[in-house]
Amino acid sequence: MSERDRRVVVTGLGVVAPNAHGAASFAGALREGKSGIRFQPHLAEAGFACCVGGIPEGIEALEASYLSDEERMAMNRNMVYAAIAALDAWSDAGLTRSSAEGGDVDWGAGAIVGTGIGGIDTVVEKLAPKVDAGKVGRLGSTMVEQIMSSGNSARIAGLLGLGNQVTTNSSACNTGTEAVVDAFLRIREGRAERMLAGGSEGSSKYIWAGFDAMKVLERRHNDRPTEASRPMSATAGGFVPGSGAGLLVLESLASAEARGARIYAEVLGGYTNCGGHRMGGSMTAPNPSGVRRCIQGAVAMAGIAPEAIDAINGHLTATFADPHEIASWSAALGLPPAKMPLLHSTKSLIGHALGAAGGLECVASVLEIFHGFVHGSLNCEDLHPDLTAYADRIVHRTVERPDLQVVAKASFGFGDVNGCVIFRKFQS
Amino acid sequence: MEQQQVFDKVIAILKPFVKAPEALATVSMGSFIVKDLKVNSARLVDVVLEIEDTFGIAVADADADKVKTVGDAVNLIVKSKS
Repeated sequence: MSERDRRVVVTGLGVVAPNAHGAASFAGALREGKSGIRFQPHLAEAGFACCVGGIPEGIEALEASYLSDEERMAMNRNMVYAAIAALDAWSDAGLTRSSAEGGDVDWGAGAIVGTGIGGIDTVVEKLAPKVDAGKVGRLGSTMVEQIMSSGNSARIAGLLGLGNQVTTNSSACNTGTEAVVDAFLRIREGRAERMLAGGSEGSSKYIWAGFDAMKVLERRHNDRPTEASRPMSATAGGFVPGSGAGLLVLESLASAEARGARIYAEVLGGYTNCGGHRMGGSMTAPNPSGVRRCIQGAVAMAGIAPEAIDAINGHLTATFADPHEIASWSAALGLPPAKMPLLHSTKSLIGHALGAAGGLECVASVLEIFHGFVHGSLNCEDLHPDLTAYADRIVHRTVERPDLQVVAKASFGFGDVNGCVIFRKFQS
Repeated sequence: MEQQQVFDKVIAILKPFVKAPEALATVSMGSFIVKDLKVNSARLVDVVLEIEDTFGIAVADADADKVKTVGDAVNLIVKSKS
């Protein structure tokens, strides 16, 4: 086997989600169909049309047990979510942190942890007011590390002593999935032994306001928060904003086996591309040809037949694009509706966490494979009429599938960018 | 304000930035802020801002640059307040 064919597996998971913290709790929340969408008074006060959102709960109370005072004073929500998920994932993988003072650097370990919007809350709440008041000298030392795009991955590198590639990617709503694909390829090519991969996004009204202004956020279920996120529904009216972090420890099989690590799943293949804003694609809409090529690229790399895919964890945000996405999956896989894999959307439970979405949904996919279930997609009992032919393939309530082998996860983002990754139950 | 009071307040200001908490047990006027207490040198900017706010003084950049030890900070404050 050449270096380029090295097998890559998932050995650790870290989750800070609107409906759970930690991989075990997240698995339980997925299985139970627990919604993390709640009414958000601060959005109502700010005049948002969408007043519901997914914000992780109880994190402030946990921070001090993960991070020092000095670290916390230089971190915004995006960075805190990423750091907690990273520390959890590292521990979950059975890996230890080297001492910050005099400890070793792990030259074989890196991080690709993306974000869609990043530290805009720091810019608005801390930086701009002082700069505009002519008080630049009062900003202190912590502004740059909070507003630089790579703030989340940089902090993680310091917490864990990472010595391989450490970077923050950004491709809008495709960010987290792109990070997983890139980290997978890096390990596969022998450039790293293990990588933290995924994405994080803060929970600020400043992150979400632009989407509200575009009228792409749900606005008709403010009084029924858990019904607001409605992917694949005839009454879907836009996505519900979410936040948090979802990170995976990807590792070469050789490394995982050498240290006797638990293996959640194997990454078989991945692909990213862009539709070029042509053929129906634009800054805000996907070129269907690009979507299909991306899915086909991932499946080809995985070396499996489309029929081998048991379930699709779609991008499926609850906009007009959902039926188009499923049509693209069907065309890309060459499968008629009746023979499609099971279809579901994690966003129905946690909303659309933007740059964190792909990471959180990859974690969900891996947990489903490891524990043998496919979680239900909430709020699509009134299926979109264009999806009637797929009705039997759409999972409304969690189904136990101990034999679940292959899950395909895809994300599609503003900028006409696409990402797809194929996970399979580990077979030694 | 007595020197000891200033010293105690300076230590309280430094505490969140100290990465060698065990060094606080033996901290003295001669303790180096970066070398002994392991305060990240980039954070000295924040320490000076805290000192300015706590003691109601303005610290010139040139004076701030000369602060290496806890005693340097204490003496700078006492001098500014006198």
